[in-house]
Amino acid sequence: MTDRMTLDSVEKEKEVTVVEIQGGWGVRQRLNQLGIHRGDRIVVKRSGIMKGPILIQVHGIEVAVGRGMAQKVVVDVVQ
Amino acid sequence: MKEKDTKRETRATRAPQKYRNHPQIVLIGQPNCGKSTLFNEVAGYHSVTSNFPGATVTYTRSQVRILNHIYDVVDLPGTYSLTSFDQADRETQNYLLTQRVDVIINVVDASLISRSLELTLQLMELEIPMVLCLNMVDEAERKGIKIDVDKLSMRLGMAVVTTVASRGIGVKELFRSVLRTEHVRKKARHIRGSRDVERIIASLTRLLKQIIPNEIPFSMHLLATKLLEGDPYFEEILRTVRPDLLEKIAEFKQQLAQSHGRSSDEVIDSERHALSMSIFEDVSVVTKPQVHWRDRIDNLLMHNLWGYVFLIVFLFLFFNFIFKGGSFIETPLLAFFDKVSLLLKGTVGSDSLFSIIVNSAFAGMAGGIAVVLPYLFPFLFGLSLLEDVGYLPRVAFLMDVFMHKIGLHGKAIIPAILGYGCNVPAVMATRIMESPRDRLIASLVAAMVPCAARMTVILGLVGYYLGGNAALGVYLFNLVVIALSGALVSRLLPEVTPGLVLEIPAYQLPRLKVTLLKTWLRLKDFIVIAWPLLIVGSAVLGLAEYYQLTDGINRILAPITSLLGLPAKVGMTLIFGVLRKELSMLMLFQALGTHDVLSVMTRGQILVFTIFIVFYIPCVATIGVLYRQVREKGMLAIVGFTFVLALLLGVLTRIVALLIW
Repeated sequence: MTDRMTLDSVEKEKEVTVVEIQGGWGVRQRLNQLGIHRGDRIVVKRSGIMKGPILIQVHGIEVAVGRGMAQKVVVDVVQ
Repeated sequence: MKEKDTKRETRATRAPQKYRNHPQIVLIGQPNCGKSTLFNEVAGYHSVTSNFPGATVTYTRSQVRILNHIYDVVDLPGTYSLTSFDQADRETQNYLLTQRVDVIINVVDASLISRSLELTLQLMELEIPMVLCLNMVDEAERKGIKIDVDKLSMRLGMAVVTTVASRGIGVKELFRSVLRTEHVRKKARHIRGSRDVERIIASLTRLLKQIIPNEIPFSMHLLATKLLEGDPYFEEILRTVRPDLLEKIAEFKQQLAQSHGRSSDEVIDSERHALSMSIFEDVSVVTKPQVHWRDRIDNLLMHNLWGYVFLIVFLFLFFNFIFKGGSFIETPLLAFFDKVSLLLKGTVGSDSLFSIIVNSAFAGMAGGIAVVLPYLFPFLFGLSLLEDVGYLPRVAFLMDVFMHKIGLHGKAIIPAILGYGCNVPAVMATRIMESPRDRLIASLVAAMVPCAARMTVILGLVGYYLGGNAALGVYLFNLVVIALSGALVSRLLPEVTPGLVLEIPAYQLPRLKVTLLKTWLRLKDFIVIAWPLLIVGSAVLGLAEYYQLTDGINRILAPITSLLGLPAKVGMTLIFGVLRKELSMLMLFQALGTHDVLSVMTRGQILVFTIFIVFYIPCVATIGVLYRQVREKGMLAIVGFTFVLALLLGVLTRIVALLIW
């Protein structure tokens, strides 16, 4: 049984795999552009205060993702 | 390699005639890949480089002599893919699709090659001769990525050259490759992916070629792929040519979606992603990266508590540096110009028409040098430094949560910060916002941020006559009003902001030469545009006074001045504030005929005047750039909003002043 959640609720320094990007064409394409695709490995580096953005590392790049955006990314925690 | 003739264009839809004779070389790559650095290396310093995405918002062109051939080299704004989300992307897309391009130099940050290849694969679909410039190879090796250049070149079917543009390494070899590629005119070909997807793309391409063989000026294969991806930009192109075909496209998309069990754009995208990953894995060896000091800094600077503490400390130091540096230079300069001005009056007199024009023009010129430049230079220098280091994207991360309170997201802080220097580049920087609504609100905020000119007015009037604390008060009040205005307008335009997705690039050590050159490039905008305006404006005011036109104008503006409780004489100066904000102050001295404003106006009146000047409509240059960014309606809305706001705040200040003093 894998742990499935949205990206915004992942703990710091946890590694996850993208399962699905919900939301419309725009959200998908914008995340894709910065290297976030279905199946990609992501490490959550930090999480801003007061439901601020989260900072992730994907393909060796750091990307800031707003909380709302992060809620649309469904991930599995890598055991 | 020698620079021959360079020309900077702000914006153009077509290349001017004189440029069409030479081969057109276009630099394109993802944000922060070092395109502009490379461009500056070959073309002299003409393009603004930065360590944040969206530094190049318009393209820059330069004519360059390379190995005895003359080329036009164009630096396009960085883009992640050929699908555009903001106006900077669109500029690049438009250029590639509609302009003549002989060779594409695809600049790739070698340390980010797996992601960058996705753009490369799309560019190859354009079927234009192409060279891959593998930049920042030193950085890649630090990150533990080693790339087999020959293998990559074979897989892509194009020349691949490694460079470290910031140190000029490999640039000659790159252009030698470009020369060869241009000579043989070998077009790039798209790489085939999985068979069933290729089949659908190919049959759509065939169909498009049959039905609209001549209507599309770029590769039909690219059009087919982008239509299957559901890109609205390309759908629009098709709609203008053959709207009835869109239905047919929907069928193709459905076919693709059904065979893969997910939407057609996802199919195309994963196809491309898989392809670039497979190339990446094939050509590179990844070892453990060396840990670098840069990786540790963010533990402090992006920390949930310390990050904000450092942000405040940096801003405090930053503004202190500007004020201290500025006043240090300003005082002796003012004294000097006062002496020269007296000398001038002694020579040409001060009664004849000629002498009035000369004296007022001189006052305008001196004001520009002594009052504006001392603050503008340290400001722009400091800002360039922050940009080059790569701090701004971190600020966007820290401020995201607060920007949401005014209905925007973190990226909007970048134009706001730029606005402290000048609102014009700030409004231009709103191009990095994705939705028109965000662009409008960010433009309003950018146009209201107290720019260097307004800062001069606040310091010169309130600071000088009412004290430093009062000036600081006006400043903070201004920020509160901006935040409230942003919040108000977001409520009026209730649309969810697309949200923050922003690359946080690695810190870079800035190079003094580059930072200074960039400061100069931005300072030049003031010197060529604003400064002449100031001189002409002063002369015009002198003339108006000579012909006694000022009374008439003051009468027309009497409703405003009397509502604000200001002397009728200041009416004229309000108009000058539209040209440049600091002109209002300089003209105030001239209109009142004294530098001792307190002898003619009360403290309350000075405060009201300042508040009104600071808030009412943006200056002409800002209005011009607003027109370009948010069109006529947005511009008029912002102008109207700020005018009404300034009147309200002016009256409010008047009442408060009456209660206090």
